Amino acid sequence: MITKYSTDHEWVKLKEEDEVIIGITDFAQEQLGDLVYVELPSIGDEVTCGDNISVIESVKAASDLIAPVSGEVVDVNSKLEDEPELASEDPMGEGWFIKVKLSDISELDDLMDESAYQTFIES
Amino acid sequence: MSSVEQILITPLYQMHLDAGAKMVPFAGYEMPLQYPLGIKKEHLHTRENAGLFDVSHMGQIKITGENAKQALETLVPVDIVDLPLMKQRYAVLTNTNGGVMDDLMVTNIDDDSLFLVVNAACKVADYKHLKSLVDRGCEVELLEDVALLALQGPKSCEVLAQFAPACTEMTFMTAKKLTIGEVECLVTRSGYSGEDGFEISMPAFEAERIAKLFLSDHAVQWVGLGARDSLRLEAGLSLYGHELDENHTPVESSLAWALSKARRHDGVRPGGYPGDSAIMKQLSEGTEAKIVGLQPEGRIPVRDGTLIEDDAGNNVGKVTSGGFGPSAGKPIAIARIAVNFIDDNSALFALVREKRISVSIVKLPFVKQNYFRG
Repeated sequence: MITKYSTDHEWVKLKEEDEVIIGITDFAQEQLGDLVYVELPSIGDEVTCGDNISVIESVKAASDLIAPVSGEVVDVNSKLEDEPELASEDPMGEGWFIKVKLSDISELDDLMDESAYQTFIES
Repeated sequence: MSSVEQILITPLYQMHLDAGAKMVPFAGYEMPLQYPLGIKKEHLHTRENAGLFDVSHMGQIKITGENAKQALETLVPVDIVDLPLMKQRYAVLTNTNGGVMDDLMVTNIDDDSLFLVVNAACKVADYKHLKSLVDRGCEVELLEDVALLALQGPKSCEVLAQFAPACTEMTFMTAKKLTIGEVECLVTRSGYSGEDGFEISMPAFEAERIAKLFLSDHAVQWVGLGARDSLRLEAGLSLYGHELDENHTPVESSLAWALSKARRHDGVRPGGYPGDSAIMKQLSEGTEAKIVGLQPEGRIPVRDGTLIEDDAGNNVGKVTSGGFGPSAGKPIAIARIAVNFIDDNSALFALVREKRISVSIVKLPFVKQNYFRG
């Protein structure tokens, strides 16, 4: 299973041929601080790479989740609506945000692999 | 003079870095926003135990002179003349329109000198403004090489008492000179968290040592600006630049309670401060808008600047401070709302990202204030 990373600190896991799960990285959740509210897109929404697709609110501020790929939202982690802290506690697992059916799988090539992402956050 | 302003640090800067703080620029200073514990836990820790805040960026000003009390009354709508020895009072500096230049704490430390704590962002302007009291025979000094620590929370008294047992004799809004770790400090039983607590003024070079003394107690944790803000918001306390500014009088900012009887039109020393006529007119006739608490429905935080409208979509006000209250366990906000909509039971809405969120006007504070009144 391939996991890629965006410069906006999201991870993108390829689950099936053309479906990915998207969430925020550990680095992102640490920067955001305690999450108190997450607003998710709706199933069926078409998203385009670079769009604001979700709002993440911490005690301090609101931030956007930027679509790292384009496609159709086929599932959302509705648990986050009542337990936004899942995204802080287990960002790579239980705290996932959405599942997207890719419209252009080649967009994954523009994302970083883990070692490139590590270098990115250290710089 | 250089055109690039140098960022300032407090005497405890290195300690914050060592504690793993996330530092941010605030009012010209590099200040800790939060420590590894995080805003929410720092907030809850303060409500349950004791939080230590570095507030050394705030201005500490001393006004000395035989007429210091009378002189300061020419700048504030508050009774200073009858402020008893070693008592503290909340006050505001007003401009000629009655707008608020800053809010501050005034302590009568001996009948010829007053000790003021003012907001960091306003301290230079406040100092200039207060300098006019030199003409009234006062000496005005913006203290340098001093630090200010706030120890806040239900356990703050037992923590401080280990080093300065006499702190237990103090009640809310009183002051005492206490020796802590062989250093003489000026201590007031006050703060801005809504909890019992102390603010401790000390020489800068002793700050690190005294902070370490407090932190040696497990009940004490560093708390940053993030939780300082959520604590004061829950406690319903005004913040300069949010609820208070130079375009609104204390009456419009729901601070009429702070305007002493003695300085009102039927008082013993009515008026005599900048903007007195505008303020006294509003005290008798009322104002168009007021500061109130807002309870948003649901979980979406309603933040500063959010517009508030009525059912028909007419704007009726704006959120001055808003966010999530960790102790309240829900979003909370303070807003400036047109008075016709405050007495009314009309439905109000906050506009967040084009969504209308139902909000209701509530009494402040959101959590009970726990001051020690003896």
